[in-house]
Amino acid sequence: MAKEKLNENNFEKQSKSYQPKPPYVLNCMKAFIVGGLICVFGEALSQMYIHWFGFSEEKAGDPTVTTLILLSALLTGFGIYDRIGQFAGAGSAVPVTGFANSVTSAALEHKSEGIVLGVATNLFKLAGSVIVFGVVSAYVLGIIRYTWSLFF
Amino acid sequence: MTKTGKQSWTFTKPVYIQSTGTSVGPLEGKGPLKDTFDKVHDTLHCEEKNWELAERRLMMEAVHTCLQKAGVDASAVDLFLAGDLLNQNVTGNYVARQLQIPLLGMFGACSTSMETLATGAALVGAGYAGNALVSVSSHNATAERQFRYPTEYGGQKPQTATYTVTGSGAAFVSTKPSSIKVEAATIGKVVDYKVKDPFDLGSAMAPAAWDTIKAHLEDMGRIPSDYDLIVTGDLSAVGTPILRDLMKQDGYDISEVHQDCGMLIYHSDQPVFSGGSGCACSAVVTYGKLIEEMKKGTYNRILVVATGALMSPTMLQQKETIPGIAHAVVLTKGEEQ
Repeated sequence: MAKEKLNENNFEKQSKSYQPKPPYVLNCMKAFIVGGLICVFGEALSQMYIHWFGFSEEKAGDPTVTTLILLSALLTGFGIYDRIGQFAGAGSAVPVTGFANSVTSAALEHKSEGIVLGVATNLFKLAGSVIVFGVVSAYVLGIIRYTWSLFF
Repeated sequence: MTKTGKQSWTFTKPVYIQSTGTSVGPLEGKGPLKDTFDKVHDTLHCEEKNWELAERRLMMEAVHTCLQKAGVDASAVDLFLAGDLLNQNVTGNYVARQLQIPLLGMFGACSTSMETLATGAALVGAGYAGNALVSVSSHNATAERQFRYPTEYGGQKPQTATYTVTGSGAAFVSTKPSSIKVEAATIGKVVDYKVKDPFDLGSAMAPAAWDTIKAHLEDMGRIPSDYDLIVTGDLSAVGTPILRDLMKQDGYDISEVHQDCGMLIYHSDQPVFSGGSGCACSAVVTYGKLIEEMKKGTYNRILVVATGALMSPTMLQQKETIPGIAHAVVLTKGEEQ
Protein backbone atom coordinates (compact mmCIF):
# COMPACT_ATOMS: atom_id res chain seq x y z
CA MET A 1 0.00 0.00 0.00
CA ALA A 2 1.46 3.30 -1.07
CA LYS A 3 -0.78 5.23 1.25
CA GLU A 4 0.36 6.43 4.62
CA LYS A 5 -0.69 4.23 7.54
CA LEU A 6 -3.85 5.45 9.21
CA ASN A 7 -3.40 6.72 12.73
CA GLU A 8 -5.05 9.09 15.13
CA ASN A 9 -3.22 12.14 13.82
CA ASN A 10 -3.59 11.67 10.09
CA PHE A 11 -7.01 10.04 10.19
CA GLU A 12 -9.04 13.09 9.26
CA LYS A 13 -6.95 13.66 6.15
CA GLN A 14 -6.32 10.06 5.16
CA SER A 15 -9.90 8.93 5.61
CA LYS A 16 -10.97 11.35 2.85
CA SER A 17 -9.87 8.78 0.29
CA TYR A 18 -12.57 6.40 1.57
CA GLN A 19 -15.37 8.89 1.25
CA PRO A 20 -17.19 9.25 -2.05
CA LYS A 21 -16.54 12.72 -3.45
CA PRO A 22 -19.65 14.87 -3.74
CA PRO A 23 -20.42 15.35 -7.45
CA TYR A 24 -19.98 19.13 -7.29
CA VAL A 25 -20.51 19.87 -11.00
CA LEU A 26 -23.58 17.66 -11.25
CA ASN A 27 -24.98 19.12 -8.01
CA CYS A 28 -24.45 22.65 -9.34
CA MET A 29 -26.25 21.78 -12.56
CA LYS A 30 -29.19 20.21 -10.72
CA ALA A 31 -29.38 23.22 -8.39
CA PHE A 32 -29.22 25.61 -11.35
CA ILE A 33 -31.98 23.81 -13.25
CA VAL A 34 -34.38 23.26 -10.34
CA GLY A 35 -33.72 26.68 -8.82
CA GLY A 36 -34.18 28.21 -12.28
CA LEU A 37 -37.43 26.33 -12.82
CA ILE A 38 -38.81 27.57 -9.50
CA CYS A 39 -37.97 31.14 -10.58
CA VAL A 40 -39.51 30.62 -14.03
CA PHE A 41 -42.64 29.32 -12.32
CA GLY A 42 -42.60 32.38 -10.04
CA GLU A 43 -42.28 34.63 -13.08
CA ALA A 44 -45.24 32.89 -14.71
CA LEU A 45 -47.28 33.40 -11.54
CA SER A 46 -46.32 37.03 -11.45
CA GLN A 47 -47.38 37.52 -15.10
CA MET A 48 -50.63 35.77 -14.31
CA TYR A 49 -51.35 38.18 -11.45
CA ILE A 50 -50.49 41.14 -13.70
CA HIS A 51 -52.56 40.09 -16.70
CA TRP A 52 -55.53 38.35 -15.14
CA PHE A 53 -55.88 39.97 -11.73
CA GLY A 54 -54.89 43.53 -12.54
CA PHE A 55 -51.86 43.80 -10.27
CA SER A 56 -49.22 46.37 -11.15
CA GLU A 57 -45.71 45.08 -11.88
CA GLU A 58 -44.47 46.30 -8.47
CA LYS A 59 -47.39 44.85 -6.52
CA ALA A 60 -47.49 41.46 -8.30
CA GLY A 61 -44.54 40.28 -6.21
CA ASP A 62 -46.63 39.93 -3.05
CA PRO A 63 -49.24 37.43 -4.29
CA THR A 64 -46.52 35.58 -6.23
CA VAL A 65 -44.40 35.01 -3.11
CA THR A 66 -47.48 34.07 -1.11
CA THR A 67 -48.50 31.49 -3.71
CA LEU A 68 -44.99 30.00 -3.80
CA ILE A 69 -44.94 29.77 -0.01
CA LEU A 70 -48.34 28.08 0.02
CA LEU A 71 -47.31 25.54 -2.62
CA SER A 72 -44.04 24.83 -0.84
CA ALA A 73 -45.86 24.32 2.46
CA LEU A 74 -48.26 21.90 0.77
CA LEU A 75 -45.44 19.98 -0.90
CA THR A 76 -43.69 19.78 2.48
CA GLY A 77 -46.81 18.41 4.11
CA PHE A 78 -47.27 15.80 1.41
CA GLY A 79 -43.66 14.69 1.88
CA ILE A 80 -42.46 15.76 -1.55
CA TYR A 81 -40.32 18.81 -0.84
CA ASP A 82 -37.61 16.90 1.03
CA ARG A 83 -37.19 14.64 -1.99
CA ILE A 84 -36.87 17.66 -4.27
CA GLY A 85 -34.36 19.02 -1.75
CA GLN A 86 -32.24 15.87 -1.81
CA PHE A 87 -32.12 16.10 -5.60
CA ALA A 88 -31.71 19.82 -6.06
CA GLY A 89 -29.74 20.91 -2.97
CA ALA A 90 -29.32 24.68 -3.00
CA GLY A 91 -31.66 24.87 -6.00
CA SER A 92 -34.66 24.31 -3.77
CA ALA A 93 -33.14 25.62 -0.53
CA VAL A 94 -32.26 29.16 -1.62
CA PRO A 95 -35.57 30.36 -3.15
CA VAL A 96 -38.40 31.48 -0.87
CA THR A 97 -39.86 27.98 -1.18
CA GLY A 98 -36.87 26.63 0.78
CA PHE A 99 -37.55 29.12 3.56
CA ALA A 100 -41.19 28.04 3.62
CA ASN A 101 -40.11 24.40 3.74
CA SER A 102 -37.87 24.99 6.75
CA VAL A 103 -40.72 26.68 8.64
CA THR A 104 -43.39 24.14 7.67
CA SER A 105 -41.21 21.11 8.35
CA ALA A 106 -40.37 22.43 11.82
CA ALA A 107 -44.07 23.05 12.50
CA LEU A 108 -44.99 19.54 11.42
CA GLU A 109 -42.17 18.00 13.41
CA HIS A 110 -43.17 19.67 16.64
CA LYS A 111 -46.92 19.37 16.29
CA SER A 112 -46.90 16.50 18.79
CA GLU A 113 -45.70 18.84 21.55
CA GLY A 114 -48.67 21.18 21.22
CA ILE A 115 -49.46 24.43 19.44
CA VAL A 116 -47.68 26.85 21.77
CA LEU A 117 -44.56 25.10 23.03
CA GLY A 118 -44.32 22.77 20.05
CA VAL A 119 -45.29 24.52 16.83
CA ALA A 120 -44.96 28.19 17.80
CA THR A 121 -41.71 27.81 19.71
CA ASN A 122 -39.99 25.73 17.07
CA LEU A 123 -41.43 27.35 13.95
CA PHE A 124 -38.30 29.39 13.27
CA LYS A 125 -35.83 26.83 14.61
CA LEU A 126 -34.14 26.60 11.24
CA ALA A 127 -35.33 29.81 9.61
CA GLY A 128 -34.62 31.99 12.66
CA SER A 129 -30.97 32.53 11.75
CA VAL A 130 -32.00 33.64 8.25
CA ILE A 131 -34.32 36.26 9.73
CA VAL A 132 -31.74 37.46 12.26
CA PHE A 133 -29.00 37.87 9.68
CA GLY A 134 -31.46 39.33 7.16
CA VAL A 135 -32.56 42.03 9.59
CA VAL A 136 -29.05 42.74 10.90
CA SER A 137 -27.50 43.01 7.44
CA ALA A 138 -30.38 45.19 6.21
CA TYR A 139 -29.77 47.49 9.18
CA VAL A 140 -26.03 47.69 8.57
CA LEU A 141 -26.46 48.27 4.84
CA GLY A 142 -29.12 50.88 5.55
CA ILE A 143 -26.70 52.84 7.74
CA ILE A 144 -23.98 52.61 5.11
CA ARG A 145 -26.35 53.78 2.41
CA TYR A 146 -27.61 56.65 4.54
CA THR A 147 -24.08 57.78 5.46
CA TRP A 148 -23.10 57.55 1.80
CA SER A 149 -26.07 59.73 0.78
CA LEU A 150 -25.02 62.46 3.27
CA PHE A 151 -21.66 62.94 1.58
CA PHE A 152 -22.30 62.22 -2.08
CA MET B 1 -17.61 -15.59 34.56
CA THR B 2 -14.03 -14.53 34.29
CA LYS B 3 -12.21 -11.52 33.05
CA THR B 4 -10.10 -12.42 30.06
CA GLY B 5 -7.21 -10.18 29.08
CA LYS B 6 -7.75 -6.48 29.56
CA GLN B 7 -11.33 -5.80 28.56
CA SER B 8 -13.05 -9.06 27.75
CA TRP B 9 -15.36 -11.36 29.66
CA THR B 10 -15.68 -15.09 29.17
CA PHE B 11 -18.92 -16.54 30.42
CA THR B 12 -17.68 -19.65 32.17
CA LYS B 13 -21.14 -20.40 33.41
CA PRO B 14 -22.96 -20.72 30.09
CA VAL B 15 -25.60 -18.17 29.20
CA TYR B 16 -27.94 -18.85 26.31
CA ILE B 17 -30.20 -16.85 24.06
CA GLN B 18 -33.62 -18.44 24.47
CA SER B 19 -35.44 -16.41 21.87
CA THR B 20 -35.35 -13.19 19.90
CA GLY B 21 -37.93 -10.82 18.49
CA THR B 22 -37.76 -8.14 15.82
CA SER B 23 -40.09 -5.52 14.45
CA VAL B 24 -39.17 -3.13 11.63
CA GLY B 25 -40.41 -0.29 9.46
CA PRO B 26 -41.31 -0.15 5.77
CA LEU B 27 -37.91 0.30 4.14
CA GLU B 28 -36.35 -2.54 6.14
CA GLY B 29 -39.36 -4.64 5.17
CA LYS B 30 -38.46 -4.19 1.52
CA GLY B 31 -34.79 -5.00 2.05
CA PRO B 32 -32.98 -8.29 1.47
CA LEU B 33 -33.64 -9.51 5.03
CA LYS B 34 -37.40 -8.91 4.92
CA ASP B 35 -38.25 -12.55 5.58
CA THR B 36 -36.13 -12.72 8.70
CA PHE B 37 -38.12 -10.12 10.66
CA ASP B 38 -40.99 -11.08 12.91
CA LYS B 39 -43.07 -8.02 12.19
CA VAL B 40 -42.94 -5.49 9.36
CA HIS B 41 -44.85 -2.19 9.31
CA ASP B 42 -46.04 -0.62 6.08
CA THR B 43 -45.65 2.96 7.25
CA LEU B 44 -43.12 4.85 9.33
CA HIS B 45 -45.90 5.84 11.71
CA CYS B 46 -46.57 2.18 12.57
CA GLU B 47 -50.24 3.12 13.07
CA GLU B 48 -49.33 5.52 15.87
CA LYS B 49 -49.94 9.24 16.30
CA ASN B 50 -46.35 10.41 16.47
CA TRP B 51 -42.84 9.13 15.82
CA GLU B 52 -41.95 8.52 19.44
CA LEU B 53 -45.05 6.38 19.93
CA ALA B 54 -44.17 4.53 16.75
CA GLU B 55 -40.73 3.68 18.09
CA ARG B 56 -42.20 2.61 21.40
CA ARG B 57 -44.60 0.32 19.60
CA LEU B 58 -41.72 -1.28 17.70
CA MET B 59 -39.90 -2.09 20.94
CA MET B 60 -43.06 -3.34 22.56
CA GLU B 61 -43.67 -5.69 19.65
CA ALA B 62 -40.10 -6.94 19.58
CA VAL B 63 -40.25 -7.64 23.32
CA HIS B 64 -43.61 -9.35 23.17
CA THR B 65 -42.65 -11.50 20.18
CA CYS B 66 -39.45 -12.48 21.94
CA LEU B 67 -41.19 -13.45 25.18
CA GLN B 68 -43.93 -15.24 23.28
CA LYS B 69 -41.37 -17.37 21.43
CA ALA B 70 -39.70 -18.23 24.73
CA GLY B 71 -43.09 -19.03 26.22
CA VAL B 72 -42.42 -16.72 29.13
CA ASP B 73 -44.67 -14.11 30.66
CA ALA B 74 -43.24 -10.66 31.41
CA SER B 75 -43.87 -11.24 35.11
CA ALA B 76 -41.36 -14.10 35.06
CA VAL B 77 -38.54 -11.91 33.73
CA ASP B 78 -36.03 -10.77 36.35
CA LEU B 79 -34.35 -7.91 34.54
CA PHE B 80 -34.94 -5.70 31.53
CA LEU B 81 -32.00 -3.92 29.90
CA ALA B 82 -33.06 -1.45 27.27
CA GLY B 83 -31.74 1.49 25.33
CA ASP B 84 -32.44 3.68 22.36
CA LEU B 85 -31.12 6.87 20.79
CA LEU B 86 -33.53 9.38 22.27
CA ASN B 87 -32.91 11.79 25.11
CA GLN B 88 -33.45 10.18 28.51
CA ASN B 89 -33.78 6.79 26.77
CA VAL B 90 -37.51 7.42 26.55
CA THR B 91 -38.42 4.41 24.46
CA GLY B 92 -36.84 1.93 26.86
CA ASN B 93 -38.20 3.73 29.90
CA TYR B 94 -41.78 3.87 28.70
CA VAL B 95 -41.76 0.28 27.48
CA ALA B 96 -40.45 -0.72 30.91
CA ARG B 97 -43.24 1.29 32.54
CA GLN B 98 -45.68 -1.01 30.83
CA LEU B 99 -43.72 -4.25 31.30
CA GLN B 100 -43.15 -3.75 35.03
CA ILE B 101 -39.83 -5.60 34.93
CA PRO B 102 -36.87 -4.09 36.89
CA LEU B 103 -35.06 -1.88 34.39
CA LEU B 104 -31.48 -0.94 33.66
CA GLY B 105 -31.56 1.77 31.00
CA MET B 106 -28.43 1.82 28.89
CA PHE B 107 -26.93 4.17 26.37
CA GLY B 108 -24.04 3.57 24.03
CA ALA B 109 -25.54 5.12 20.90
CA CYS B 110 -25.80 2.40 18.28
CA SER B 111 -23.55 0.08 20.31
CA THR B 112 -26.34 -0.29 22.89
CA SER B 113 -27.53 -3.51 21.24
CA MET B 114 -24.45 -5.45 22.29
CA GLU B 115 -23.98 -3.38 25.46
CA THR B 116 -27.35 -4.61 26.73
CA LEU B 117 -26.72 -8.19 25.60
CA ALA B 118 -23.24 -8.35 27.14
CA THR B 119 -24.39 -6.82 30.43
CA GLY B 120 -27.51 -8.95 30.51
CA ALA B 121 -25.50 -12.12 29.93
CA ALA B 122 -22.98 -11.09 32.59
CA LEU B 123 -25.64 -10.46 35.22
CA VAL B 124 -27.38 -13.72 34.42
CA GLY B 125 -24.07 -15.61 34.38
CA ALA B 126 -23.10 -14.16 37.73
CA GLY B 127 -26.45 -15.06 39.24
CA TYR B 128 -27.75 -11.56 39.86
CA ALA B 129 -30.67 -12.38 37.60
CA GLY B 130 -32.16 -15.72 36.68
CA ASN B 131 -32.94 -14.41 33.24
CA ALA B 132 -32.82 -11.12 31.41
CA LEU B 133 -34.61 -9.45 28.56
CA VAL B 134 -32.55 -7.06 26.43
CA SER B 135 -33.89 -4.72 23.81
CA VAL B 136 -32.94 -1.69 21.75
CA SER B 137 -34.77 0.42 19.23
CA SER B 138 -34.28 3.24 16.78
CA HIS B 139 -36.63 5.03 14.44
CA ASN B 140 -35.61 6.97 11.38
CA ALA B 141 -37.85 9.95 12.10
CA THR B 142 -37.14 10.23 15.84
CA ALA B 143 -33.42 10.05 15.12
CA GLU B 144 -33.67 12.69 12.39
CA ARG B 145 -35.41 15.02 14.79
CA GLN B 146 -33.03 14.27 17.64
CA PHE B 147 -29.79 14.53 15.73
CA ARG B 148 -30.47 16.30 12.46
CA TYR B 149 -33.36 18.26 10.96
CA PRO B 150 -37.16 17.92 10.87
CA THR B 151 -38.19 14.89 8.83
CA GLU B 152 -39.67 16.92 5.98
CA TYR B 153 -36.86 19.47 5.79
CA GLY B 154 -35.42 19.54 2.28
CA GLY B 155 -31.72 19.68 3.11
CA GLN B 156 -29.40 17.73 0.85
CA LYS B 157 -27.41 14.92 2.46
CA PRO B 158 -24.07 13.70 1.16
CA GLN B 159 -23.44 10.14 0.04
CA THR B 160 -21.44 9.43 3.22
CA ALA B 161 -24.59 9.81 5.33
CA THR B 162 -26.36 6.78 6.74
CA TYR B 163 -30.05 6.03 7.12
CA THR B 164 -31.28 5.27 10.63
CA VAL B 165 -32.98 1.89 10.72
CA THR B 166 -36.56 1.90 11.93
CA GLY B 167 -37.01 -1.11 14.14
CA SER B 168 -36.39 -2.86 17.38
CA GLY B 169 -34.77 -6.10 18.40
CA ALA B 170 -35.08 -8.02 21.64
CA ALA B 171 -33.41 -11.11 23.07
CA PHE B 172 -34.18 -13.20 26.12
CA VAL B 173 -31.23 -14.79 27.89
CA SER B 174 -30.99 -17.32 30.68
CA THR B 175 -28.85 -20.24 31.79
CA LYS B 176 -31.21 -22.82 30.33
CA PRO B 177 -29.35 -24.58 27.48
CA SER B 178 -30.47 -23.59 23.99
CA SER B 179 -29.02 -23.62 20.50
CA ILE B 180 -27.30 -20.21 20.84
CA LYS B 181 -24.73 -19.61 23.54
CA VAL B 182 -23.32 -16.25 24.57
CA GLU B 183 -19.67 -17.17 24.91
CA ALA B 184 -17.81 -13.95 25.57
CA ALA B 185 -17.93 -10.19 25.31
CA THR B 186 -15.49 -7.34 24.90
CA ILE B 187 -16.31 -3.91 26.26
CA GLY B 188 -14.98 -1.11 24.10
CA LYS B 189 -13.17 2.10 24.90
CA VAL B 190 -14.27 5.49 23.63
CA VAL B 191 -12.10 6.17 20.60
CA ASP B 192 -12.05 9.58 18.95
CA TYR B 193 -10.14 10.11 15.72
CA LYS B 194 -11.38 13.69 15.39
CA VAL B 195 -14.11 13.22 12.81
CA LYS B 196 -16.40 16.24 12.84
CA ASP B 197 -18.87 15.45 10.08
CA PRO B 198 -22.25 14.29 11.45
CA PHE B 199 -23.04 13.01 7.99
CA ASP B 200 -20.10 10.62 8.02
CA LEU B 201 -20.51 8.46 11.11
CA GLY B 202 -18.97 5.44 9.38
CA SER B 203 -15.57 7.15 9.45
CA ALA B 204 -16.10 8.26 13.05
CA MET B 205 -16.88 4.73 14.27
CA ALA B 206 -14.39 2.67 12.28
CA PRO B 207 -11.47 3.34 14.68
CA ALA B 208 -13.62 2.29 17.65
CA ALA B 209 -14.55 -0.95 15.90
CA TRP B 210 -10.91 -1.57 15.11
CA ASP B 211 -9.88 -0.92 18.71
CA THR B 212 -12.49 -3.31 20.13
CA ILE B 213 -11.90 -6.10 17.60
CA LYS B 214 -8.15 -5.88 18.12
CA ALA B 215 -8.54 -5.91 21.91
CA HIS B 216 -10.93 -8.83 21.62
CA LEU B 217 -8.58 -10.93 19.49
CA GLU B 218 -5.65 -10.17 21.79
CA ASP B 219 -7.61 -10.81 24.99
CA MET B 220 -9.01 -14.09 23.71
CA GLY B 221 -5.84 -15.17 21.90
CA ARG B 222 -7.76 -15.64 18.69
CA ILE B 223 -7.40 -14.77 15.04
CA PRO B 224 -10.15 -13.52 12.68
CA SER B 225 -10.54 -16.96 11.07
CA ASP B 226 -11.62 -18.39 14.43
CA TYR B 227 -14.92 -16.76 13.54
CA ASP B 228 -17.28 -17.72 10.77
CA LEU B 229 -18.42 -14.13 10.73
CA ILE B 230 -17.28 -10.87 12.25
CA VAL B 231 -20.13 -8.46 11.83
CA THR B 232 -20.03 -4.76 12.63
CA GLY B 233 -23.13 -2.72 13.44
CA ASP B 234 -23.36 0.25 11.15
CA LEU B 235 -20.03 1.25 9.62
CA SER B 236 -21.68 1.49 6.21
CA ALA B 237 -19.94 1.57 2.85
CA VAL B 238 -17.57 4.30 4.09
CA GLY B 239 -16.47 2.86 7.43
CA THR B 240 -16.21 -0.77 6.30
CA PRO B 241 -13.08 -0.39 4.12
CA ILE B 242 -11.53 1.87 6.78
CA LEU B 243 -11.97 -0.84 9.42
CA ARG B 244 -10.56 -3.53 7.13
CA ASP B 245 -7.51 -1.40 6.34
CA LEU B 246 -6.95 -0.52 10.01
CA MET B 247 -7.06 -4.23 10.87
CA LYS B 248 -4.71 -5.04 8.01
CA GLN B 249 -2.20 -2.51 9.33
CA ASP B 250 -2.02 -4.59 12.50
CA GLY B 251 -1.65 -7.81 10.57
CA TYR B 252 -5.22 -9.02 10.85
CA ASP B 253 -6.99 -9.75 7.60
CA ILE B 254 -10.70 -9.72 8.35
CA SER B 255 -11.94 -9.11 4.80
CA GLU B 256 -12.82 -12.79 4.35
CA VAL B 257 -15.11 -12.97 7.36
CA HIS B 258 -16.24 -9.39 7.88
CA GLN B 259 -19.65 -7.96 7.02
CA ASP B 260 -21.55 -4.90 8.13
CA CYS B 261 -25.19 -4.96 9.29
CA GLY B 262 -25.71 -1.51 7.79
CA MET B 263 -24.98 -2.93 4.37
CA LEU B 264 -26.79 -6.24 4.89
CA ILE B 265 -30.12 -4.72 5.80
CA TYR B 266 -30.83 -2.72 2.63
CA HIS B 267 -30.55 -3.33 -1.09
CA SER B 268 -27.93 -1.13 -2.68
CA ASP B 269 -30.58 0.62 -4.77
CA GLN B 270 -32.67 1.67 -1.75
CA PRO B 271 -32.41 5.39 -0.89
CA VAL B 272 -30.20 4.93 2.17
CA PHE B 273 -26.97 6.68 1.11
CA SER B 274 -24.06 4.56 2.32
CA GLY B 275 -26.13 2.15 4.46
CA GLY B 276 -28.19 1.64 7.59
CA SER B 277 -27.37 2.84 11.08
CA GLY B 278 -28.98 3.09 14.51
CA CYS B 279 -29.29 0.76 17.50
CA ALA B 280 -31.83 -1.30 15.64
CA CYS B 281 -29.49 -1.90 12.71
CA SER B 282 -27.22 -4.39 14.47
CA ALA B 283 -30.09 -5.62 16.66
CA VAL B 284 -32.57 -6.62 13.97
CA VAL B 285 -29.89 -8.14 11.76
CA THR B 286 -28.35 -10.13 14.63
CA TYR B 287 -31.59 -11.14 16.31
CA GLY B 288 -33.16 -11.93 12.94
CA LYS B 289 -30.94 -13.18 10.14
CA LEU B 290 -27.78 -14.08 12.07
CA ILE B 291 -29.51 -16.09 14.80
CA GLU B 292 -31.50 -17.85 12.09
CA GLU B 293 -28.31 -18.75 10.21
CA MET B 294 -26.68 -20.00 13.41
CA LYS B 295 -29.63 -22.24 14.13
CA LYS B 296 -29.37 -23.59 10.58
CA GLY B 297 -25.70 -24.28 11.16
CA THR B 298 -24.34 -21.82 8.59
CA TYR B 299 -22.27 -20.21 11.32
CA ASN B 300 -20.86 -21.85 14.41
CA ARG B 301 -19.23 -18.86 16.01
CA ILE B 302 -19.78 -15.21 15.25
CA LEU B 303 -18.50 -11.96 16.67
CA VAL B 304 -21.05 -9.16 16.70
CA VAL B 305 -19.40 -5.76 17.07
CA ALA B 306 -22.04 -3.09 17.60
CA THR B 307 -20.60 0.30 16.75
CA GLY B 308 -21.84 3.58 18.17
CA ALA B 309 -21.15 7.19 17.28
CA LEU B 310 -21.48 9.09 20.55
CA MET B 311 -22.72 12.15 18.74
CA SER B 312 -24.39 15.07 20.42
CA PRO B 313 -25.56 18.01 18.28
CA THR B 314 -24.79 20.40 21.15
CA MET B 315 -21.23 19.12 21.49
CA LEU B 316 -20.72 19.42 17.74
CA GLN B 317 -21.91 23.03 17.81
CA GLN B 318 -19.36 23.61 20.56
CA LYS B 319 -16.71 22.46 18.06
CA GLU B 320 -16.23 19.03 19.63
CA THR B 321 -15.51 15.94 17.56
CA ILE B 322 -17.53 12.71 17.36
CA PRO B 323 -16.24 9.92 19.63
CA GLY B 324 -16.98 6.32 18.75
CA ILE B 325 -17.45 3.19 20.82
CA ALA B 326 -17.90 -0.48 19.99
CA HIS B 327 -18.92 -3.46 22.11
CA ALA B 328 -18.48 -7.02 20.93
CA VAL B 329 -20.31 -10.21 21.84
CA VAL B 330 -19.38 -13.73 20.77
CA LEU B 331 -22.26 -16.03 19.93
CA THR B 332 -21.58 -19.72 19.46
CA LYS B 333 -23.56 -22.79 18.66
CA GLY B 334 -25.03 -24.10 21.89
CA GLU B 335 -26.60 -27.39 22.78
CA GLU B 336 -28.54 -29.30 20.10
CA GLN B 337 -32.21 -29.05 20.83
